[in-house]
Amino acid sequence: MRDAVEKSNPGREKTDKTSSFGQKARNICADTVIHILLAVGGIVWLLPIFYLIYTAFRVTPSTGIINKLFPDNLELGFGNFTKLFTETDFGIWFWNTLKVATCSCVLTTLFTLATAYALSRMRFKMRKPLMNVMLVLGMFPGFMSMIAVYFILKAMGLTNSHLALILVYSGGAAMGYYISKGFFDTIPHSLEEAAVLDGASQWTIFWRIILPLSKPIVVYTILTSFIGPWGDFIFVNVIINNTTPEKFTLALGLYRLINSDNGAFNLHFTEFCAGASIVGLLIGSLFIFMQKYYVEGVTSGAVKD
Amino acid sequence: MEPIETLVEVPQGPAQKNFFVRLGERLKNAVGTVVRGSLATKMSFCFMGLGQIMRKQFVKGILYALLEVLFILFMVFFGGGYLVKFLFSGHLGTVEETQQVWDEELGYFVSVPGENSMLILLYGVVSLVVLVLFIIVWAMNVKGSVNNDRLIAAGKPVNTFRQDCSLYINRKFYVTLLAIPLVMLTVFTVMPLLFMLLIAFTNYDYQHLPPSKLFDWVGFANFANLFSLADGTGFFKVFLLILAWTVIWAFVATFSNYFLGIILAKMINRKRTRLKKLWRTMFVIAIAIPQFITLLLMSKILDGDGILNKILGTTIYWLGDTKYWSLLPRLTIIFVNMWIGIPYTMLMTTGILMNIPQDMIEAAKLEGASAWQIFRKIEMPYIFHVTTPYLITQFVGNINNFNVIWLLTGGGPGDNLHYGVGNSQSTDLLVTWLYRLTTDTNVQYGMASVIGIAVFVICGLVSLITYNKSKAVKNEEDFQ
Repeated sequence: MRDAVEKSNPGREKTDKTSSFGQKARNICADTVIHILLAVGGIVWLLPIFYLIYTAFRVTPSTGIINKLFPDNLELGFGNFTKLFTETDFGIWFWNTLKVATCSCVLTTLFTLATAYALSRMRFKMRKPLMNVMLVLGMFPGFMSMIAVYFILKAMGLTNSHLALILVYSGGAAMGYYISKGFFDTIPHSLEEAAVLDGASQWTIFWRIILPLSKPIVVYTILTSFIGPWGDFIFVNVIINNTTPEKFTLALGLYRLINSDNGAFNLHFTEFCAGASIVGLLIGSLFIFMQKYYVEGVTSGAVKD
Repeated sequence: MEPIETLVEVPQGPAQKNFFVRLGERLKNAVGTVVRGSLATKMSFCFMGLGQIMRKQFVKGILYALLEVLFILFMVFFGGGYLVKFLFSGHLGTVEETQQVWDEELGYFVSVPGENSMLILLYGVVSLVVLVLFIIVWAMNVKGSVNNDRLIAAGKPVNTFRQDCSLYINRKFYVTLLAIPLVMLTVFTVMPLLFMLLIAFTNYDYQHLPPSKLFDWVGFANFANLFSLADGTGFFKVFLLILAWTVIWAFVATFSNYFLGIILAKMINRKRTRLKKLWRTMFVIAIAIPQFITLLLMSKILDGDGILNKILGTTIYWLGDTKYWSLLPRLTIIFVNMWIGIPYTMLMTTGILMNIPQDMIEAAKLEGASAWQIFRKIEMPYIFHVTTPYLITQFVGNINNFNVIWLLTGGGPGDNLHYGVGNSQSTDLLVTWLYRLTTDTNVQYGMASVIGIAVFVICGLVSLITYNKSKAVKNEEDFQ
């Protein structure tokens, strides 16, 4: 995109060439300063990540925390990872999270897109009131009603189960319609008018015409709803019983690994780092590969209205 | 044949008309239609589905009838009792503990289980929602029957079941789309929220914990307590302190990330910056990793025995120093938040920077404007214009930013100013305070709910004011 802009302004280069020597010197100066700033910033931003990975691979003597700038031995190994898989339920947590994330991702995506489509492309009497109600609902802090959700799940006999987690994660999906609606709003109506003339049902228009045109927003919805459960430990903490570690998700498992009691932090910090590196690598690379869609999603919702 | 749908749309009169006046008129109309209506309509009015069955819409009629049977069973065996207690008794249960009551007929003591206020309230809310949903379905059923009357009067056949179904993937497709998401929303958001809002008017706290104790309605006492200055129990002083910190935090966190993020994006996307992709990736890695990991990690790095102190050779409690109203932890939190937030803004604004209309910038350059002037007078207003909604969401998001505070300091450190009331601590935001009030050993659900309502009011006000303002801005300088 940048290149296109540069190519479309061929005149600029000439003005640069004809500028004075002083101008050039100033440019070089500014360039150096900015590159140095970027490099320093980059290091500041990456150091904690480096620390995380380094700790994960460190061979621990006794305590988990690094308390020297240059540790006595720089030995590296996979000990923490082995410990993670043998002494904790990390593998099970991983499987649990994958299961919950996949299921809630499917449901959330369906609910969000269905709501957004109905509110964007269809006109009915309750449309405006419905949007207003959801706007108002969204202004209440999310976990204000957490306790009540827990009681409702308990009444349904669902606490301490993954189904409960899936339901809770996808339960509020309708309220997340806003970004997708912004995208659907931009698709020209002439498309569906043509389809209606051909005798297509609204269902066909939704499934065969609009959704295929909305790939970025579909990917965005899938991406965000899939990543959500990997980072949530508040709702899991309430729904999943602390005494059943085989039902934990990764976030809760890792959180409790270093927060279950006072000594836990020092004992398990290196294992936490090992687990965190695995999650970070997975979710991180997913995010980095998909960041184009992520940005498109957020900005397409933000630019509208 | 095309399915026929002849729902008479009420003419969209002036919307300003009072809601209740309109409701009254519509009720009057509805009653009139039923009274004047055919036998089938009257049957449907009395028992859902009968009218439909009379008109040979068997599947639809049986479904309606089944729903009504289910509803009656639900109310008789479960919801009805709770609903009556919840709505009409004025208390949330009267029998506190399991009691031994002498039974004359049996001739021995029987134990009568105590009532559970929480369940009465919860099931009361559930039953109320079920009742409302039932009334809506019932109204649909009567309306459908009235429509059938009209069709017959016009000499047309009533819809077959197949036609009705096809309606739901055509004209009424939105019903199909919205049904399940809205049911989920009702069960997992609306009902819990109603329950929690009602809790604000009760004395549900650690001294009144079901099942062993009852709690009861207390009117606006909790709201009064929020504004009370009474020593030790009055929330007002601490509420103001936490409110002030919440607002300052939201303001500083939002705008520091916003402006620094834009500057970073500018620096990376300058024409003469090399290795753009490398720089961008370096910063994006920091936000690609789930937040709870980076935040937990940061809290350990900044710990008293953490690596940062070791490197600096100091023992500074970055997240635990209470001097000067806990200034140091507050600053540290803001800096960590910048570490998390700046790359995020950079990522978001990069695209916007590239879409700035180039002709304006070219024109400004020809006029001899400096790079700084161009940035301030053209680029910044443009970015600001495009990102106003984003800024508002960020601001509201920061008011509710539970993760950053909870994972870094857990709301701590505790200090003398906050001590005692609702176990609040110095870096608590309203939301972490709310969380603490519902999870601590001394739970105070009533006050937690009041604080939730306060957060709602604040977020609502912020959104309302800024949206109105931003509309004015949009009209003034139109970039499109």
